[in-house]
Amino acid sequence: MEYFIQQLINGISLGAIYGLIAIGYTMVYGIIGMINFAHGEIYMIGAFVSLIGFLFMGVLGISYIPLALFLVLLMAMLFTAIYGWAIERIAYRPLRGSVKLAPLISAIGMSIVLQNYVQLTQGARVKPLQPIIQGGFELSGANADFHVRLSYLQIVIVLLTIALMSIFTYVITRTPLGRAQRATEQDMTMASLLGINVDRIISTTFVMGAALAAVAGLMVTLYYGVIDFYIGFIAGMKAFTAAVLGGIGSLPGAMLGGLLIGLIEAFWSGYFSIGYKDVAAFSILVLVLIFRPTGLLGKPEVEKV
Amino acid sequence: MLSIRNLQSGYGRIQALHGIDVDVAEGEIITLIGANGAGKTTLLMTICGKPRASQGEIVFEGEEITRLPTFQIARRGIAHAPEGRRIFPRMTVRENLQMGAAVTPPQYFTDDLDRVLTLFPRLRERLDQRGGTLSGGEQQMLAIGRALMGRPRLLMLDEPSLGLAPLVVRQIFQIIREINREQKVTVFLVEQNAFHALKLAHRAYVMVNGRIAMSGTGEQLLADPAVRAAYLEGGHPAAEETEEAR
Ligand SMILES: Nc1ncnc2c1ncn2[C@@H]1O[C@H](COP(=O)(O)OP(=O)(O)OP(=O)(O)O)[C@@H](O)[C@H]1O
Ligand SMILES: [Mg+2]
Repeated sequence: MEYFIQQLINGISLGAIYGLIAIGYTMVYGIIGMINFAHGEIYMIGAFVSLIGFLFMGVLGISYIPLALFLVLLMAMLFTAIYGWAIERIAYRPLRGSVKLAPLISAIGMSIVLQNYVQLTQGARVKPLQPIIQGGFELSGANADFHVRLSYLQIVIVLLTIALMSIFTYVITRTPLGRAQRATEQDMTMASLLGINVDRIISTTFVMGAALAAVAGLMVTLYYGVIDFYIGFIAGMKAFTAAVLGGIGSLPGAMLGGLLIGLIEAFWSGYFSIGYKDVAAFSILVLVLIFRPTGLLGKPEVEKV
Repeated sequence: MLSIRNLQSGYGRIQALHGIDVDVAEGEIITLIGANGAGKTTLLMTICGKPRASQGEIVFEGEEITRLPTFQIARRGIAHAPEGRRIFPRMTVRENLQMGAAVTPPQYFTDDLDRVLTLFPRLRERLDQRGGTLSGGEQQMLAIGRALMGRPRLLMLDEPSLGLAPLVVRQIFQIIREINREQKVTVFLVEQNAFHALKLAHRAYVMVNGRIAMSGTGEQLLADPAVRAAYLEGGHPAAEETEEAR
């Protein structure tokens, strides 16, 4: 039982991270109908900016951890958002209105460029970070040999994710900006006939997705303590899987999908073999897609006007 | 208010408009009729920059808008209830109307909403229903209402009567007249329903194969034998005409 709870805790923490990345995939897909394959790299850049941010905090001598964390969070979101914005401007906007495959290929190219860019500027070696948030709760039950560990960091991850997703859901469902985003998603031409600057709405969408991915990057840096230029690929694939599993284009779907992938991974590693955890996650995806091609919360293929 | 000179436009290599000249004066209702594929929708859309004009110019209130981005054309006061209505299907009626007011100052919203809901009481009962689940007539009302929420000076309507029951058609035309008279909105109306549309119009144009073939006052065109033969006699029995005349 303790072991089960432990995997549950690990799975939820991991799932929160995947969910944050998945939102970026799902939003961009919703609004311009393309898979932004460079999004995993955005997350990786978020992780690097966080790492640099913590070193910077060390240089500045800011040792009060909540403050340092907050500043690094802002910094990571800001810089990563700029990357997200620039990628859309450089690699996707010029291709809007051309064949559907073009931005997809451009995205793969962008992803390679970003990986190599980080590899060149930051080096190819794995970067460590001293643990920043340490400690946690030890919960012991009937089994004296095994204690359930719930670290403070896991609590931070889950609370921060819940907070961000709530803000985010509020923005999308209740504010004029969110309304304009949904309108653009449903009928871009009509939105522009109503005076909506569609290009700006699309930019904003990339910026929002990138900012959330940055938070995921920060949390992964803290969680694992090591990053390298290649982490974007696997995490990107997982988050993309999460988005598809939940139903691509659906926000709650991305959150649910992220959570599920995190849980599957944690339980598979915990009970079966850690080496096959990715296989497990992707197999579940295949199964879901066979029986529910639109994903768990996806809407049936929508009429595109 | 709107003056279009030698406008050419099309889709890729297909040219749909071959040099159009149209003028719309402030306060008028202008009707444009023409057969399927004549280019009526293309004209309205080209005014909005989708597709872009390949030749010619469009001047709105003294300012050339030919090459402005679509959203800026809309912000200059041109509202468009386009062909196919293009309601946002997964947004509620209220949200659709809010989108219509997306770029108007928020202080007008409550009053404008009230005015639109007075024109279209059916929409009031359906404010929280998704746009995609409305009936065709309700969607048309919503499309017009949404356009009005932007406080336009020029309202362009692309076949607002398409697919509607005769009674609803009459209602819609009545409302267009009201909007024009009471809210002082200039109307540019594209219609297949030539009889009603010409009755309503101050002036009208006939489009044939991407060119303006004829123009005049609504009555002139209604009385014109060629127009009657091509656009009136087939679809509109004389009975309806006499009933309307009463
Ligand atoms: N998206 C498009 N791509 C290519 N050709 C198009 C497109 N839209 C319209 N056309 C062509 O342009 C011409 C004018 O079409 P348009 O839709 O403007 O006609 P219309 O007068 O509005 O007709 P209707 O009364 O049937 O709505 C037609 O020959 C049509 O086939
Ligand atoms: Mg048409």
